[in-house]
Amino acid sequence: MDHGQKHHRLLGIVGLFKDPYHLLKAAKETQTRNFKHCDAYTPFPIHGLDAILGQKRSALPWVTLVLGLAGCFGGFGLEIFTSAMAWPINVGGKPFNSFPAFVPIGFECTILLGGLATVAAMFMFCRLPNFHAPVLDEKITDNLFALYVPAKEEGFQENDVKALMEKAGAVEVRMIG
Amino acid sequence: MTYDMEQEPLLSPKKTLADVNTDVCKPMERWPSKSWFVVFSISVALTLFGLGLFIYQLRTGMGVWGLNNPVGWGIDITNFVFWIGIGHAGTLISAILFLFRQKWRTSINRSAEAMTIFAVMTAGLFPIIHLGRNWLFFWLMPYPNTRGSLWVNFRSPLLWDVFAVSTYFTISLVFWYLGLVPDFASIRDRAKNKIRKFVYGLLALGWQGKQSHWNHYEIAYLILAGLSTPLVLSVHSIVSFDFATSVLPGWHTTIFPPYFVAGAIFSGFAMVVTLLVIIRKVFQLEDYITMVHLENMNKIILATGLMVGYAYGSEFFTAWYSGNIYEMFTFKNRALGPYAWAYWTMITCNVVAPQLFWFRRFRRSIPVMFVISLIINIGMWFERFTIIVTSLHRDFLPASWDMYIPRWVDWGYTLFSFGFFFTFFLLFCRFFPTIAMSEVKSTMHVGRKTPETEEFVF
Repeated sequence: MDHGQKHHRLLGIVGLFKDPYHLLKAAKETQTRNFKHCDAYTPFPIHGLDAILGQKRSALPWVTLVLGLAGCFGGFGLEIFTSAMAWPINVGGKPFNSFPAFVPIGFECTILLGGLATVAAMFMFCRLPNFHAPVLDEKITDNLFALYVPAKEEGFQENDVKALMEKAGAVEVRMIG
Repeated sequence: MTYDMEQEPLLSPKKTLADVNTDVCKPMERWPSKSWFVVFSISVALTLFGLGLFIYQLRTGMGVWGLNNPVGWGIDITNFVFWIGIGHAGTLISAILFLFRQKWRTSINRSAEAMTIFAVMTAGLFPIIHLGRNWLFFWLMPYPNTRGSLWVNFRSPLLWDVFAVSTYFTISLVFWYLGLVPDFASIRDRAKNKIRKFVYGLLALGWQGKQSHWNHYEIAYLILAGLSTPLVLSVHSIVSFDFATSVLPGWHTTIFPPYFVAGAIFSGFAMVVTLLVIIRKVFQLEDYITMVHLENMNKIILATGLMVGYAYGSEFFTAWYSGNIYEMFTFKNRALGPYAWAYWTMITCNVVAPQLFWFRRFRRSIPVMFVISLIINIGMWFERFTIIVTSLHRDFLPASWDMYIPRWVDWGYTLFSFGFFFTFFLLFCRFFPTIAMSEVKSTMHVGRKTPETEEFVF
């Protein structure tokens, strides 16, 4: 291992803030420099931060739509297949394909598959579970707000980013690497 | 004349962001108190007692219940509907109030959702206990089998129930877990103990609070709320179809779905108030579950109580207005027959008692709301008992009339249901954060004054 080199390889800079206001200020500042890979770490979602950091709206609703529809067709399909095709049984003179009576279960299947798929897709999109990612600071899930600027950003300058964070009101600026 | 239109702060104004984690996690980080062990032991004992009853029932047969020929559904189905109903308030708080942007829900949604899950678990046991051959319960699911394949009857409301209740349980559980993930991460990060860090670390799935993750998280939460809203309405509607699709007077009415849903929310909120009044006191969470929350819940209790009262009146009016002698007889029999005591208990508890909540003084009084919430729980249990038993015990043919007298087994299972519920709820209080910490933090500014010198204050 080349220890000497490792010290100099900076992965990124993280600024720690006491409240969302100063975090937003810093985030807006990074935007003026056209940084594209910045991410924030917050104890609760800060609305508007996604737009400032240039993050796209989640594609989750599409997953819900597709899998919800699959649940809907699957549920109705199962009911019609079993009751009218596989083994038709006369129940109280009702038609084999008693569509109105099939609505409740078709609906429940829609919700079940749509809901489970949404949560599964959310964890997939976030690449969770991930037990190996280092925790930036243990206070982030408590009361600390962090902004991370990776060194791979185009036009990244160590001193510039450091100054930016301090100007925005960071309580601490840390070098990661 | 000036009107004070300022919003009352949701949380005690002296609390800061850092206090939330400390205060909510405090009960989880100390050894349980003696009274917790006492209550927990009683709950576990009742659960074991229920297990004993079930073994007795398996060895002897369904005859151990007090059920008979006209009254085939008794306290077993009463308990089923009662517990399912209890669950509905949790979903109303977590999903419907979320869609309506009711920020006060954040302090109470975690424990209300926990209540939902444990109540649905309790409820789900009763149809299985009620089966003639309990060990064949899996025949309720449609799966390819060696009997034909003989499929289930999809036209039966009882099967709709199987799907509705199991979907409701699954989605509620997933929704609850999704909300817990950021809080598990909080507990992981503040844990000093290695085992605690490891266990909650596993549960948190490596959550870090990244903004790019919050984006997906919030959309997922919103979608689940959107899915749970029609789901919760469908569940009690489908439970009411168990009755409404039959031809029995007193059951065969179109009013049942909304009537059952309103009743479910009514009883569920009463249970939430009962539980939260205790939790906030025992765990010193008075600064988080404030009078604002309790008063709002009492308002919902009053509103849904009025709906339930309206439904009671409407049923009587329709029975008279329809000119149907069987329908009219059933309702006269409810109010004046041998089960009149159950009917009038129901009316007193559900219609009369909540009227006290018209007065702000009573809405904001802990002893008053605690007692009324207990009264409503009793009243709503008797509502289900009245609906089920009075319709069954005297139907069209006087020759088939009979009385239903619950035996000790019937009552024993009822006691068991409370023991089972509280066993899980007490474990929840010890091991899980009873307040959604990350959600509460996002509402801390609501109704608070920002000092002029500071731009953004929590």
